[in-house]
Amino acid sequence: MGEFKVHRVRFFNYVPSAIRCVAYNNQSNRLAVSRTDGTVEIYNLSANYFQEKFFPGHESRATEALCWAEGQRLFSAGLNGEIIEYDLQALNIKYAMDAFGGPIWSMAASPSGSQLLVGCEDGSVKLFQITPDKIQFERNFDRQKSRILSLSWRPSGTHIAAGSIDYISVFDVKSGSTVHKMIVDRQYMGVSKRKCIVWGVAFLSDGTVISVDSAGKVQFWDSATGTLVKSHLIANADVQSIAVANQEDSFVVGTAEGTVFHFQLVPVTSNSGEKQWVRTKPFQHHTHDVRTVAHSPTSLISGGTDTHLVIRPLMEKVEVKNYDAALRKITFPHRRLISCSRKRQLLLFQFAHHLELWRLGSTVATGKNGDTLPLSKNADHLLYLKTKGPENIICSCISPCGSWIAYSTASRFFLYRLNYEHDNLSLKRVSKMPAFLRSALQILFSEDSTKLFVASNQGALHIFQLSGGSFKHLHAFQPQSGTVEAMCLLAVSADGNWLAASGTSAGVHVYNVKQLKLHCTVPAYNFPVTAMAVAPNTNNLVIAYSDQQVFEYSIPDKHYTDWSRTVQKHGFHHLWLQRDTPITHISFHPKRPMHILLHDAYMFCIIDKSLPLPNDKTLFYNPFPPTNESDVVQRRTAHAFKISKIYKPLLFMDLLDERTLVAVERPLDDIIAQLPPPIKKKKFGT
Amino acid sequence: MASLEEEFTLSSVVLNAGSEGLLGVEQTSKTDQFLVTDNGRTVILYKVSDQKPLGSWSVKQGQIITCPAVCNFQTGEYIVVHDNKVLRIWNNEDVNLDKVFKATLSAEVCRILSVQGTEPLVLFKEGAVRGLEALLAEPQQKIETVISDEEVIKWTKFFIVFRHPVLIFITEKHGNYFAYVQMFNSRVLSKYTFLFGQDENSIIESFTASVDRKFISLMSLSSDGCIYETLIPIRPTDPEKNQSLVRSLLFKAVVSGDARHGVALTVLDQDHVAVLGSPLAASKECLSVWNIKFQTLQNSKELPQGTSGQLWYYGENLFMLHGRSLTVIPYKCEVSSLAGALGKLKHSQDPGTHVVPHFVNWETPQECGLGAQNSEQSRRILRRRKIEVSLQPEVPPSKQLLSTVMKDSEKHIEVELRKFLAIKQTPDFHTVIGDTVTGLLERCKAEPSFYPQNCLMQLTQTHVLSYSLCPDLMEIALQKKDVQLLQLCLQHFPDIPELVTCACLKVFLSIADDSLQETDVNMESVFDCSNSVRDEKMEEQTEILQNGFNPEEDKCNKCDQELNEKPQAKTKETTLCPVIAKRAALLNAILHSAYSETFLLPHLKDIPAQHITLFLKYLYFLYLKCSENATLTLPGIHPPTLNQIMDWICLLLDANFTVVVMMPEAKRLLINLYKLVKSQISVYSELNKIEVSFRELQKLNQEKNNRGLYSIEVLELF
Repeated sequence: MGEFKVHRVRFFNYVPSAIRCVAYNNQSNRLAVSRTDGTVEIYNLSANYFQEKFFPGHESRATEALCWAEGQRLFSAGLNGEIIEYDLQALNIKYAMDAFGGPIWSMAASPSGSQLLVGCEDGSVKLFQITPDKIQFERNFDRQKSRILSLSWRPSGTHIAAGSIDYISVFDVKSGSTVHKMIVDRQYMGVSKRKCIVWGVAFLSDGTVISVDSAGKVQFWDSATGTLVKSHLIANADVQSIAVANQEDSFVVGTAEGTVFHFQLVPVTSNSGEKQWVRTKPFQHHTHDVRTVAHSPTSLISGGTDTHLVIRPLMEKVEVKNYDAALRKITFPHRRLISCSRKRQLLLFQFAHHLELWRLGSTVATGKNGDTLPLSKNADHLLYLKTKGPENIICSCISPCGSWIAYSTASRFFLYRLNYEHDNLSLKRVSKMPAFLRSALQILFSEDSTKLFVASNQGALHIFQLSGGSFKHLHAFQPQSGTVEAMCLLAVSADGNWLAASGTSAGVHVYNVKQLKLHCTVPAYNFPVTAMAVAPNTNNLVIAYSDQQVFEYSIPDKHYTDWSRTVQKHGFHHLWLQRDTPITHISFHPKRPMHILLHDAYMFCIIDKSLPLPNDKTLFYNPFPPTNESDVVQRRTAHAFKISKIYKPLLFMDLLDERTLVAVERPLDDIIAQLPPPIKKKKFGT
Repeated sequence: MASLEEEFTLSSVVLNAGSEGLLGVEQTSKTDQFLVTDNGRTVILYKVSDQKPLGSWSVKQGQIITCPAVCNFQTGEYIVVHDNKVLRIWNNEDVNLDKVFKATLSAEVCRILSVQGTEPLVLFKEGAVRGLEALLAEPQQKIETVISDEEVIKWTKFFIVFRHPVLIFITEKHGNYFAYVQMFNSRVLSKYTFLFGQDENSIIESFTASVDRKFISLMSLSSDGCIYETLIPIRPTDPEKNQSLVRSLLFKAVVSGDARHGVALTVLDQDHVAVLGSPLAASKECLSVWNIKFQTLQNSKELPQGTSGQLWYYGENLFMLHGRSLTVIPYKCEVSSLAGALGKLKHSQDPGTHVVPHFVNWETPQECGLGAQNSEQSRRILRRRKIEVSLQPEVPPSKQLLSTVMKDSEKHIEVELRKFLAIKQTPDFHTVIGDTVTGLLERCKAEPSFYPQNCLMQLTQTHVLSYSLCPDLMEIALQKKDVQLLQLCLQHFPDIPELVTCACLKVFLSIADDSLQETDVNMESVFDCSNSVRDEKMEEQTEILQNGFNPEEDKCNKCDQELNEKPQAKTKETTLCPVIAKRAALLNAILHSAYSETFLLPHLKDIPAQHITLFLKYLYFLYLKCSENATLTLPGIHPPTLNQIMDWICLLLDANFTVVVMMPEAKRLLINLYKLVKSQISVYSELNKIEVSFRELQKLNQEKNNRGLYSIEVLELF
């Protein structure tokens, strides 16, 4: 299959932001996740937990609450005091509305979904009516003394519970007045703490209010009498989050020690109707605070400061014990943050607020499999490009020739021209961007770096001509009438004639760049596209979907290739289908047209289309190097999938030239080293 | 109201109790722990609440314990006397009684007496008494004779009266009884003679005593079945004069006069005494609690397996030997009420009532007890009457099986059992199997000719039985020398006590070859000896051995070479299995069984020496076979593992080393074993060296993996 020199890059100093909120939408089986930098991500749990959409963050917009309302409308609220609604089609912010109550700490949608409740810093609880295209302030509830940190509706919609500092208030929704005020004990392990913060409340339909607080307690209250029914001390630190299942037979809490506890309503004796809440399972998947939890019908979802999104299926709820029943830990975004210039061997790293440009080193030595070669030149850090303004970078790209860099934030598009004079690098911003080009979801340069393709958030695809430093708008492919769906993935053929674009759900469209018209649409598929690329020479479009299927579509012939049909008929190896990270990049070998190179976070694979496909009985991946010549030959010809799992977690892998690969790894240990220290727990008398 | 609670057996270890029973049960400084001295060589420390032994000590073979072990409450040490004159003192940490403190005395010891709050006393057979400290200061001191010739000490007790120790002992000479009371504050010894009433010839069976303010109240149980009370003044009026004691009748005929077994009496508290014996001549023995004041029977408990006529009472527990195991019956006495004192007649079991099965079926709720079963039965009868024409009886196979077990022939039982097992998983499967086994075993005991081997084997193979469920099964199999059944039991029972394992081993080793040939034992654990594929393997093995040492570096080069060569030469002679294949299969079953070393060791000592050597030879043969292949396993389906083999070699040698060392025919074997150990030690030391170097390599490897931020590597995909 070939020997490669691999540039193993570990200096991409990327640290994901901590997870602040998660909100599960039962209707669409989607999960919204907000991070401390304001980014909101949408995961499709039905599509193999693929992160299908994201909204870039904003420095001043720290989200504190996230909720779905009115079916599939997503709202967030944060410390800037604004309530934001997201446009899930166009992938931008529909509107932001100031609640005029200071920072917002909590938000809850009514059980019917038509009303929205926010809890503010000044102690006010504000009720908003959700209208078809906006929200409208309705009224205030009785003002409380201190900030409202948590809110929960009674499923019947008649009452709400609001957690504040040192007490929980129960409001009557009709009158807006406080019915009960339940004081939470400040005692913490016998010592009186300064304050007891009620981090979360949950109102059950039978009138029970469950609260979690900073003293490590989970408490059950009777909202009719305002009395404490039961108290569980579960942690030495704060219990920061709670989520109840729809059936109200189980709930989950997350603590600052990184533990997630599952509580279940179980009968007291085997055949009595009397039931009680019992702490059943502790899970320790996090090292840091679990800031937020969610409870889907089949799994517990948690996230926190350690940046992992953990989805823990409940085994008793999983009907088929297949691979979906396994624990999922999502750490890295399912999109590319890295682009590379093959010609100049440059890597462009995208961070939230800056870009870094690195030049790879070189070596003259050769070696055999597994050797580390001595460097004749180390990698250079060429450029640190900081964005202007508080917005996060959405996407970025460096041209294959290395002389253009483009990136976009939510409101501005930037294009830079790079000049290399010996060792000096000069950077010049291309000014006078057209007014219609405000924000891009994906940027791509053609192979010869003469064209720039931009997928704007209005659904249009723009083509620009780049020549010598000048910049000219050529054409815009407008979205089909009636759809506003944004395109998130672009692929262009090596000859620059074909442009493929994929949206979140509408399938893949192929445009003819010469004739500037829509060429064809790839047959629709149920799962979102995770990566695609057009093969040189043949102009076959290779598409990877989130269910781990890979298709090859011939653009000139407008149908799936024979190989793709064979693969579909034969089926992929079960180990291939069981991978839990999506393929994020596909590339091709210039000299070997039969090879497809693809990678996900844990493996790098070359598919040799000329070799037979593996069936479920063949050994799919053999980590051990072959011992003798015959074994080498045997393994080389055994089946089409040649896999390497040496580099992980692998964020990017591309072919620089025929014999050189670049692999960008981000070891988890390096991320953990940059996180704040976790709460120290006593272990074994230390 | 005095009540006897549910009895329990102190572990399943069967004590070595002869016809005389145990030597004694004594308190220790911890309230819950008791020292039990058996009538042989062993002292066991039991924790009653846990129902398990905490420790066990034995004297050497050939020695015999002559006086029950006691605890020195002041130091917490234990004291025992063996061979009449040798005193041993040890504590919990000691393992071997041979290595503990030893004092040889000049006279024979009768008893050692120890109570809380004072130092132990040693009572010599001649009647002299010494404090332990004084005695140990000069063990060979001269001991005077107190009692006359032919006078024998029958019973003794040690009290603290007004903080002063008082010793009372009773002697017997030609049917005359004498009581001696030794005061230790005044060093006065008073002698009393018992004056009997009308019936001069009655023998006193058992004594017990309690202390009142001024008197020692001595109760005695005579052979006529009556309890008499004698009051002995603590402060004698005239110590020099020989005084007489009159005894008064307290109870009449509490036990039958002509009891075959021993009877025993012990005072429980001021008002209650416990009597062990058969109340009527023909009936079984029972333990009864009598109220002295009201002269009523308070409680009684039948002990169907018989006792040794010994009874001890400490704290709230009554200890006795029931059958062959030490049984504890907790005794409690609440405040008496009149109603309670009016007495409770011993309830006899009405033969008509349904006996509650002692196997609880965990799979069906137990609520429907008697009534349900009866109604079911009646319903069944009704239904049977209705459809009398139908040929198939409606009785469930389980019921039918149980009834067959009691009456029918072996053949018939077998057919029924097969029928039942074919249906298999009925909800009451466990209980039926349990009841069937107990039924069969009871019948086996009653009819010596009845021995349904096939049935018992089938039942054993159901995997439902265990030793504790039917201890008689193995006992009967041992009696009948049914090695086939014993092998099955060893394979299937998880809880066989070490004594029984050892008994099985004895049978397996002693049974004659020709009688073995007739039996049909399971041979799957034995590999085919005739199979000679070992030539090539053998070479491999020597290579491995040589890799273990480095002949250049090793100092005892010569001896190593010898070692390397020897096994090769020896294999020729040892390739022949020392036992026939069937015996090997049986022995393998022993090797696979679970055991605890502490409890196995004393029993292993009882195996004859030639059997020990045979077993050792077999084990050595297995070891050689094991080391022939690189994985250190034996061929076959379920062979003994190397660890099991080595453990048993060690155990056997530990238990019988002195015996084996003296035997000329075992000498060769011992030398071989010695060399084997030596070679193992050197191999392991080499392995340790290798481990260190491997660790270094691992460290280097880790450093290699820990790359910097950027590197260029070569990757080849296959």
